[in-house]
Amino acid sequence: MSDQVLAARPRPRISLRTWLKLREIDGVTLMVIPAVLFVIALFVYPFLYGFVISFQPKTGDWLANYRKFFSDPFLYDTIANTFRLAIPATLINVLISIPIALRVRRMDRRRLLTTILVIPITLGTVLIAEGLLIYLGPQGWFNRTLMLFGIGQVRLVHNYTGVMLSLILSGFPFAFLLTLSYVTGIDPSLEQAASTLGAKASARFRYILLPLLAQGLAINLCLSFVQTFSVFPSAVLLGAPAGATRVISIAAYQAAYEQYDNSMASAIAMIMGFCQLAVVIFILSSRRFFYRGAAGGGKG
Amino acid sequence: MAIAARDFRELRLDAMCRNFGSLNALKGVTLNVRRGEFIALLGPSGCGKSTALNCLAGLLTLSDGSIWLDNTRIDELRPEERGFGMVFQNYALFPHMSVRKNIGFGLAMQKRPKAEIERKVDEALAIVRLTDQGDKLPGQLSGGQQQRVAIARAIVIEPPLVLMDEPLSNLDAKLRLEMRAEIRRIHELIGSATIYVTHDQEEALSLADRIVVMRSGEVRQVGTPEELYAGPADADVAEFMGYRNQIRTRAAGSGAAMSVAIGGVTLPANPVRPMAEGAAIAAIRPNDLNVTADGPLAVKVESVQYHGQEFYCSGRATDGTELYFTAEHTVAKGDTVRLAASPNRILVYPGAAS
Repeated sequence: MSDQVLAARPRPRISLRTWLKLREIDGVTLMVIPAVLFVIALFVYPFLYGFVISFQPKTGDWLANYRKFFSDPFLYDTIANTFRLAIPATLINVLISIPIALRVRRMDRRRLLTTILVIPITLGTVLIAEGLLIYLGPQGWFNRTLMLFGIGQVRLVHNYTGVMLSLILSGFPFAFLLTLSYVTGIDPSLEQAASTLGAKASARFRYILLPLLAQGLAINLCLSFVQTFSVFPSAVLLGAPAGATRVISIAAYQAAYEQYDNSMASAIAMIMGFCQLAVVIFILSSRRFFYRGAAGGGKG
Repeated sequence: MAIAARDFRELRLDAMCRNFGSLNALKGVTLNVRRGEFIALLGPSGCGKSTALNCLAGLLTLSDGSIWLDNTRIDELRPEERGFGMVFQNYALFPHMSVRKNIGFGLAMQKRPKAEIERKVDEALAIVRLTDQGDKLPGQLSGGQQQRVAIARAIVIEPPLVLMDEPLSNLDAKLRLEMRAEIRRIHELIGSATIYVTHDQEEALSLADRIVVMRSGEVRQVGTPEELYAGPADADVAEFMGYRNQIRTRAAGSGAAMSVAIGGVTLPANPVRPMAEGAAIAAIRPNDLNVTADGPLAVKVESVQYHGQEFYCSGRATDGTELYFTAEHTVAKGDTVRLAASPNRILVYPGAAS
């Protein structure tokens, strides 16, 4: 009976087209399809494929690869090695980018400086590595200059320092550009207001700029971290790939192309992905302690 | 203890100049401001009024000249060392701080004790009538409420001088009138000097003790609202004070016997300063040029706007001069009406011979 009562009530009838339109779906929405296919083909499918074969080891039960990784210090040490490079490099890149971005945003020739700083991105890691090997190597101009002044040689390549320098050179421009865009998004009148209220430059940074930048810096840390965590070419070329800079991507490479164990390589890649995910989730979840609205003053 | 402005006798701007590259935004602005005075800097956009305010706040450095607070030279101090309150056009509230934190920011920067900050913030909230909004974020407030927070934040540090940069320009018409009264009330309550930048002559007339009319970086006239309303010093100021009819004409006679030709008729007029015969500009407010049955000026009506109490009209005299005038009763487009203005309300300025 109640069904009939409901049916009797005049319902406003809307067409499917209107229903979709209300949810902002129309013909233009179809244009998202190529992007979705692209993501599936190049990210989702390889990821799932790797995930599955990582549980199909050459020998042993389904968890054998993971058990092997975590029982062999030669393998599990790569995690610590990678973190030892990725975390300082990320922090250095992001933290240095803040004062520079704060200065650059007030410059007239911002374009020029930005272009100069962005050049390392376009060079690629291999070129940077080659350059560093030549300039900072035992016969490079840096060490020759030191010897000229009788200071003696400093070892800057084929070790941890070499990889770190390369990570900073190639990672800094990226971190800088991101920070610059967040910094310029902050309404300059907020700082002016703070200064008329008696806040010195340090207080303006601490109480106004930093809280408004926090969200952007968190994103910047995540992206920079993921970039540095997957370090490979510079760790091989500039580092000690059998020692201090034997990073996790080297372990995965050796499993895949030296031992031809695709399953093991996939397992290492999964572990690597998990480490990155853990750090990203940690950073993003700490964002809730900060203000997350617009960084403009007054009426938006 | 109530919030009260820090004491001073006089703020002196001495030949204040500011250049931006080759552009002279301020060309020697000189002005004395007494404690408790409400000064409006009035002028069209680009006249340098906001530049002057930013120079006073310390946000811009002077290219030349000086600023004195009693016997202290302050133009070389940084904004944080001046201790002036400033209300920004876009309010510039800190979006990540509650209303209370925003208002207390200046006091916290002075490292005042917590209890004192709390008490002063309460007081400031009460002054701007926002007592129950203290814990909200600025983004949760309406434009008018944000404006009040910005004012509270500027006055809570008890500044000798409050600077306001077109604070009402983002509000709707009704709220503007309301906040205008509020700003005047708060100004009188705390007893600071207020310098208020606006391009709205009505706002300046109703708020200020003295109005400074600026144009292209120069001070054109300083005076009380009455002085400026009745006797603008030059034709530019007159135009800005609502003398919409600016008729290029010729003046004859001198002093009280001066007359000007308007719309083909010769009318007795009032020279603002002693001047010679010849090229002149006659300035008349539309409100002073009224439809009267026996008026000397014949005008064909071209447009009529209803303004509540009167009709605001425009029309053309027989010689083609366009005139703006008011009528008590409705007039029809195309009609010919006769206009009259009292001689002392037709102001005459020397005009460029052209």
